[in-house]
Amino acid sequence: MFRSQLIHRVLPANKHLLNLRSVSSTAFLSTSQSPISNASVKSTPIHSAAAAGAGAASANASSTIPQPPKGSSIEFKLSKRDPNQFGSRPIYLDMQATTPTDPRVLDKMLQFYTGLYGNPHSSTHAYGWETDKAIEEARTHVANLIHADPKEIIFTSGATECNNMALKGVARFYGKTKKHIITSQTEHKCVLDSCRRLQEEGFEITYLPVDKEGLINMEDLEKAIRKDTCLVSIMAVNNEIGVIQPLEEIGKLCRKNKVFFHTDAAQAYGKIPIDVNKLHIDLMSISSHKIYGPMGMGALYVRRRPRVRIEPIINGGGQERGLRSGTLAPPLVAGFGEAARLMASEYDADHAHILKLANKLMDNLLSIEHTQLNGSREQRFPGCVNVSFAYVEGESLLMALKDVALSSGSACTSASLEPSYVLHALGADDALAHSSIRFGIGRFTTEEEVDYVIDAITQRVNFLRELSPLYEMVKEGIDLNSIEWAGH
Amino acid sequence: MSSFSVTRPQINTLYRSFIRYASEFEDYNFRHYFLRKYKTEFRKLKEENVKITPELWNSYQKELDVLKRQSAISKMYHFDRLVVERLDEKHHK
Ligand SMILES: Cc1ncc(COP(=O)(O)O)c(C=O)c1O
Repeated sequence: MFRSQLIHRVLPANKHLLNLRSVSSTAFLSTSQSPISNASVKSTPIHSAAAAGAGAASANASSTIPQPPKGSSIEFKLSKRDPNQFGSRPIYLDMQATTPTDPRVLDKMLQFYTGLYGNPHSSTHAYGWETDKAIEEARTHVANLIHADPKEIIFTSGATECNNMALKGVARFYGKTKKHIITSQTEHKCVLDSCRRLQEEGFEITYLPVDKEGLINMEDLEKAIRKDTCLVSIMAVNNEIGVIQPLEEIGKLCRKNKVFFHTDAAQAYGKIPIDVNKLHIDLMSISSHKIYGPMGMGALYVRRRPRVRIEPIINGGGQERGLRSGTLAPPLVAGFGEAARLMASEYDADHAHILKLANKLMDNLLSIEHTQLNGSREQRFPGCVNVSFAYVEGESLLMALKDVALSSGSACTSASLEPSYVLHALGADDALAHSSIRFGIGRFTTEEEVDYVIDAITQRVNFLRELSPLYEMVKEGIDLNSIEWAGH
Repeated sequence: MSSFSVTRPQINTLYRSFIRYASEFEDYNFRHYFLRKYKTEFRKLKEENVKITPELWNSYQKELDVLKRQSAISKMYHFDRLVVERLDEKHHK
């Protein structure tokens, strides 16, 4: 029955498609029937992930979160609505983890899975030429967004690979004479881990602290630069708190001291204006799946003038100027290129939309008592809002929020429930770090979703606080710092 | 130089096509995004009295092709509705 219903619904679509003039759309016709049999992708995992429904805490959540007593005025349901009339799939508000693939990106990619399957490195026939041309077009789109030359773009599998390539590549190439690298304490794990690896190889690493806003201090950086420093690696936009480091100042200082400047721009590329020449950036890591492109795809910008040399990690056929051998994946590359093109053409609209929703969310969440915004208020990408809710356990709140896909501050190490090292670096104590939640807003977020989340958070923070003995004491005016805890 | 011109009714037809295919997306977020995008863009075209060049017209035709294909694909894969979506809502207007 489901099947016939689908066929019925797909047919009218084909009718419109028949009217299409463009070759590519008529080509689509011949394949449009086959996916129907697969269409029962009424994916079960999705059902179970959302099983908790509109906020009624699920079975595993109930072990940690007490349920409100029957007839109590506190309920997890949003009072204005009947959950039975609404869907059960959570709202997606975790845009720093990944972004949905834009349908326009998918449209670009499908050509390469349906007809254009040539190896882009095959130079003897048309199949190779057409995919090679598509790759060079994508390279141009990726370069244009940061005012780079397409020749300076090296395609990789993602920002993790880029960060490894930049840090290890520069260090190993210049390592005979220069043995020192500077980075910060709030970098992504893949930068910190690459540094740890280099330490084992005999390099010295300086991990710069950040202030309570999450920003590095330029004097610290200046003092840390030595004669044998080969690289400074400071991220552009932080993935947990969204703060923007002073890139231009760092770039100038590095250029003056003839030290290479690498920035991990996984969260920044396309979201804040970046000009690699104005900011004196020598290497930059980019990830495709943070800009509505496919996963498993990224690019490293490597400056040509003055030239930055890196020792490749992957050796082989010499693709990507010998810096990253291996056959490129045209569907991923073209999808990434299209995603970059859209980040440019949609920049103004996206920025205005994200700013409007983020401000609404931030203002409403911060109007709840005992909350605070983590990270600088001014130097930030607006689409990442990290808020601490005192007297509430972040993990319990996430459990009570099964209807919203969010991440706590400790996203990277969420399996271990370890509080976030980024928030620690800002000077937050364990309790505050534990009570933090990151909200990610993007191109496809709607105002209706933001309104829902504001209501849901407000209600459930209040509910969880009602259960907290600490909060009760706070309400009675007891200074928690004056209490001597037994067992401490 | 050129005799290319697009009439107001032609633009209105184009706009209605965009709105129609945008509203056919099964996916809530994509549907709302494309509706918002084309409503805003066409309002601006009108308000600012933007001259429709052949390039602009052609690029809109290509975008419309993309939207036709992608809204059709969206209808082939079903996922649960979001918690903000009414189950009885009919979005295929
Ligand atoms: C700042 C930062 N760097 C690097 C990465 C890793 O990117 P990718 O998933 O492309 O390897 C991420 C994403 O998780 C990130 O946020």
